[in-house]
Parts: sequence; structure tokens; C-alpha cells
Amino acid sequence: MFVIKLSGAKILLKCLKDEGVDTIFGYPGGAVIDIYDELDRTDIRHILARHEQGAVHAADGYARASGGVGVCLVTSGPGATNTVTGIASAYLDSIPIVVFTGQVPTPLIGNDAFQEVDIVGITRPCTKHNYLVTHVEDMARIIKEAFHIARSGRPGPVLVDLPKDVMSMITDYKPVKELKLRSYQPTYKPNIKQLQKVVQMIRSSEKPLIMIGGGVVLSKSATELTGFAKSIQAPVTSTLMGLGAFPASHPLWLGMIGMHGTYRANMSSGSCDLLLAIGVRFDDRVTGKIDEFAPHAKIVHVDIDPTSIRKNVPVAVPVVGDCKVTLELLNALLKKEDLGDINKRHKPWLDRIREWKDTMPLAYKQKDIIKPQYVIEKLYELTKGNAIITTEVGQNQMWAAQYYHFDRPNSFITSGGLGCMGFGLPAAIGAQIAQPDKIVVDIAGDGSIQMNIQEMATAVQYNLPINIVILNNRYLGMVRQWQELFYDKHYSCTGMEYAPDFMKIADAYGASGLRATRPEEVESVLKEGLSSSKTTIMEFLVEQEEKVYPMVAAGDALTKMLLV
Amino acid sequence: MNEKKDEKRILSLLVDNQPGVLSRIVGLFSGRGFNIESLCVAETNDPLVSRITLVTWGDTVISEQIKKQINKLINVIKVLDYTGTSFVQREMALVRIRAKPEHRAEILRTVDIFRGRVVDVGTDFYTIEVTGDEEKINAFLNLVKPIGINEIARTGAIALAREKQ
Repeated sequence: MFVIKLSGAKILLKCLKDEGVDTIFGYPGGAVIDIYDELDRTDIRHILARHEQGAVHAADGYARASGGVGVCLVTSGPGATNTVTGIASAYLDSIPIVVFTGQVPTPLIGNDAFQEVDIVGITRPCTKHNYLVTHVEDMARIIKEAFHIARSGRPGPVLVDLPKDVMSMITDYKPVKELKLRSYQPTYKPNIKQLQKVVQMIRSSEKPLIMIGGGVVLSKSATELTGFAKSIQAPVTSTLMGLGAFPASHPLWLGMIGMHGTYRANMSSGSCDLLLAIGVRFDDRVTGKIDEFAPHAKIVHVDIDPTSIRKNVPVAVPVVGDCKVTLELLNALLKKEDLGDINKRHKPWLDRIREWKDTMPLAYKQKDIIKPQYVIEKLYELTKGNAIITTEVGQNQMWAAQYYHFDRPNSFITSGGLGCMGFGLPAAIGAQIAQPDKIVVDIAGDGSIQMNIQEMATAVQYNLPINIVILNNRYLGMVRQWQELFYDKHYSCTGMEYAPDFMKIADAYGASGLRATRPEEVESVLKEGLSSSKTTIMEFLVEQEEKVYPMVAAGDALTKMLLV
Repeated sequence: MNEKKDEKRILSLLVDNQPGVLSRIVGLFSGRGFNIESLCVAETNDPLVSRITLVTWGDTVISEQIKKQINKLINVIKVLDYTGTSFVQREMALVRIRAKPEHRAEILRTVDIFRGRVVDVGTDFYTIEVTGDEEKINAFLNLVKPIGINEIARTGAIALAREKQ
């Protein structure tokens, strides 16, 4: 057999090419200097972030917008610790990324060497799996395993720690053809008996409700889902992470469920007799008070991760399997089934939901100050719903989820599980690089945009026409909203009086800056910003004390909503 | 059946014999607020595989979650739950007992009844080895307590399923 001798760094890059990697988000440093030396000689594109957290969020955004695996490369010590927030966010949202961290040379490990941290130890609870490469002969196998683990089953981040000396060691390079992971075999195909039970439950249900989550996006099963919902004539709601997997323009769409869910979605969960939960994990922000969640429903729970099932809610029929495979099989079973006049049977239920929608639609009161919801409605109109939206975290995120009506999966990119401020801008960078022809908009608040604002430099350096919509209310708005509603308006430390001048920030980074202070300026600012080929900050001075409604107080039942 | 009732579970885990694997398992327990009552780890007849015998407790929902979470770890090959099955279980204790001349005969008699062994004899203390299930060891300790226990080292439980009849 033909064998070649290669260094660890060369093997790494060869393996990345074999995995189809063409873009890496990273930041160089002493421990990864050998890798950067080789990287510059390949055709892999390196995007230089301005902070390692930004690099990981960008890889996350890239993974979501491309449907592939995001890759990140940083140095040891602080480079590695700076990735932790990004890794935790990807872990909670099940996003496939592979993070390569430099490490001090193997003889120094454990000696508190310069820029040494035990990053494998630190990230053990927030990665799907992680590795420390101590022998160069293991490189090729570990990289293959890392990518396989990141993208298969319930996806997630994998970290590979690379000691500096291993990168310069030379070994015989043999490509790894097959993986031997005897202990890791995700279940894609569900038990058909369970599905037959589901079909029987659908047959006897009068008030079914489909609730989808990020699993539908990750398994790329939006088409199968739409077919499923149509064939059983069941309304569809979604968690924050599932938005876009079912078209918001569809008549069966209810809007988002949960703490800031729509009135009709939350009320439906309180009344349905069958809850078909697909690719969700019943987060507390989704269920509200767990004992009163879907109290009249038998719950069917489809998820590829068995630990998600019966973790938070009791389930009548657990289905362990990939959402796509499961929906395909269910659709096939339903085709053979005579469901009778399902339209007629579900009509009273769908009528009732329509009543809820008519009496309590998503609403806000228009005034002569800019309403943040109005900005997002206008943004939706002007982009015809075709943009990729990333968000920061807080009110901006919830308004984006409520008022931008997503029709396609992977068009809404948000830090759902970790709720990580500072996510939106770097994620927009990753998304724009994955989809250069799409309009990418980061919907931000004046607080969270400042958490990774240094990535403006990255966006400008690579000529990314990202639009940053800052809904500036001079507050950390979501916390302020809680303080107003539940802490007697005691606004402890949530004022943002000392924010920078975002127009000057835009200017300093070489981006464009546009500001609207009155409602009639909103449309023209958005139009100008969206048509610009430069990175653009659009700042909207919005009503300071606007709140996100509906709202379910933490720990209350979903049907107990505070409304406008 | 009472789902909320806490009960003890004996889990036997077959895991990759690699550095860091134990830390993943222990970290999972602390991170998710599960309990570990005892833990024993050693290599099996296959040098690539270690067996971890772990005693935990919780209601059925928690126990199911514990097993699923452990199973999810990439380095865990198999999770066996011996609770309610036919299995043999042992743990060992080394007990240093104050051995005053007037107590020596009683100590030796008790050791004999429990099929223990004296493994070290000094002028003031006897060190006793005793094996058995947890109850047997507790019973032995209760009997020698009034005589004066100086120090104890106890292993956690180890267990194997009985051969299927």
C-alpha cells in the first residue's frame, strides 16, 4: 500500500478537506502556529474573528445556514476558554460544530504551563464528546469520529484538543475508511409498532395538536412535516427552535408556543386531546407549569435522543427515531389508513382556534414613537420573508420570533437553549458566508449588540453585507420587563444610559450607519440599509418600556397569559 | 406501582478503558443532580473495557433518566441494571479494631462467624477483612462497634448477573 509521511498539522488539514470543509472560523495563537502555517498553504478559507467566542458563534451560524458542520480553530488557554460560551450554546441547540483548540506540548501538560488549561475537562459537560490527541497516529481517526459524532444522531459540538508537539510530529498517514464506534449507534428508524399506536391515536383524536422543535429543522424534514399536518388536518405550533420548519403562511399554523407564544397556540395546548411532539425537548420556557401542561392530552413524543423522552413530561407513546424517517413512515402508514372525513371531524376544533386567533391576535398599540414590533413587521414586508434572521437574546429575539413569519427552515438562527447575548452578530457572519446571496439580518438590542460588537471588524473585513437592526430602548429590556411586572418597577441595573453612539461605531469600523427616530422614518431606513452592499447598522430608537406580549410568568400554566 | 418511590439501583456499566471516562460519568451525576452511593471501577478480561459498578437511588423516572444519560455517553458500551434481577453482589471492608486482651477471643469468634479473616495483628489492633453484601458488612460493623473501631476502608459494591437457568 502507498503510504506517505505527514506532520500532525498536515494530517489535520487533509482530514478537514476529506470532510468537505472549505471554511474555518478562528483566531491564531502560539499553540496552533504550526496549523496556521499549513492552513495558509491550502485553499480552505479562514475567517478571522475578533474574539474566539465570535468564532464559535459564527461556526454555529454557518452550520445552521448551510445545513452542514461548522468548524472553528483557536489557540490554547484563553483562546480555548473563550470558546466555552459558544460551545454551550451549540450544545443546548444541538448544532453540529467541531472546535479545534491548541494545547501546550504533551510533556508540559499538567504543569500549569503558559496558556495551559484543561479544556477537555472544562468542556466535558457542554460537548457531545471531546478528545485530547496525544499520539499523532490517532489524528486521522479522531477527526473522522469528531465529524461523525457532531453531525449524526442528535447533533452537537465536538471539541478536539491538539497539543503543539503532536502537530509537528511526523507519522505514516493512512486515510481512515471506516469508523469503529461500537458504543455509539443512534436510532434513526423508529419502532413501527409505536407508529401504529400513533396512527390509532390520530384516528380517535378530535383535537390534535402538532408541536415541533429544532429536531425538525436539524433532520431536514420540513416537507414531510407539512405533508403530515395536511393529511391529518392538525394545527401546528412550534418552539422557538423549530420556527421555519412549518410555513408561517400555512392555514394550519398557530404561531410559537411557550412563555411568549401566541394566545391561540398556548390555548390549544391547554385544550388538545392529542399532542404530537416532534423533535422537541419540553424546555421550561415552552411548557410553563409542568403539571398543567397539555392537561387533557395524550402525548406522543418523537425524538432521536432517548434522554429527551420522559425527562420533563410524562409521555403516552415514546418514539425514538429521526424526525424525517419517522414522518416518512407515518405518512406512508396514514396513506393506507382510512381516516374518514377528517376535515369534518376537526372542524369544530379548527373553528375554535380561529376564534382564539380573531379575539386575541398578536398585537401592539401603535403610537407616535417607533414600536419595535413595527420595525420587524416592516422588515418582514420589505424582505418578503426571504431573509435569514439571526437574533441576539431578550426582547429583540422574542419580537423577531413573533413578527417575522418564517416560511423556511434554517431562516431563523437564534441561541434558544442557552439564551446567549452576543450571539446574533457573529452568527450572522457565519450565515452570510454560508449563503452569500441571501439577505442576512441580525435583530439586536442595544444591550446584546455590545456583547460581541468587535465582530463588526470581521464583517467589514470580509465585505459581508450584513444588516444589523438595533432596537434601541436604552434598557436591558427583557430583564426590565420582568422588573416592571414582578419586581414593582425596581429597575435595578438594567438602564443602558451609557451606550455608545452606534452611528459612530459603524463609522469607526468602516460600516454604514442609519438611524430612525420616528415611525415614518422606519421604512426608508430599512430600505436603504437592506439595499446597501456594505455592513450596515440600522438603529431604531424605540419605545423604552414596550413589553413582549403575550407573556406567561415563569412557573405559571401556559394558558395563564398576560396580554396587551 | 408507586413511580415516585425512591429505590436503590445497582448499575453495571461496561465502558471504554480510556483516560477521562470515569470523569465523564461522575461529572454527569454531579451536573444533573443524581446520587452516587458507591462506585467501583476496574479493568475486565478485555483490557479495552472497564466495568463500573455503581449504586444509585431515585424514583423510576429518575432512574430511567440516569440510565439513558449514561448510555448517551460515547464511551459507554453497555448499561446493565441489576435491580430486580438475579445477581450476586459483594463488597469488602477492612476494619481496624481495638484489640484489648479481654476482647480478642470475642473478635476472633465474630470474625469466624462472618467468615472474615484477620489480615494484620499488632499489639493494640487487629485488622479484619470481611466480604459480603452491604447488609452483612453493616451487621459485622454493628457487632464490633462496642469493642472499638479505629478505622474502616470499604469498597463499594461489585456485582455480576447470575447465569440464566
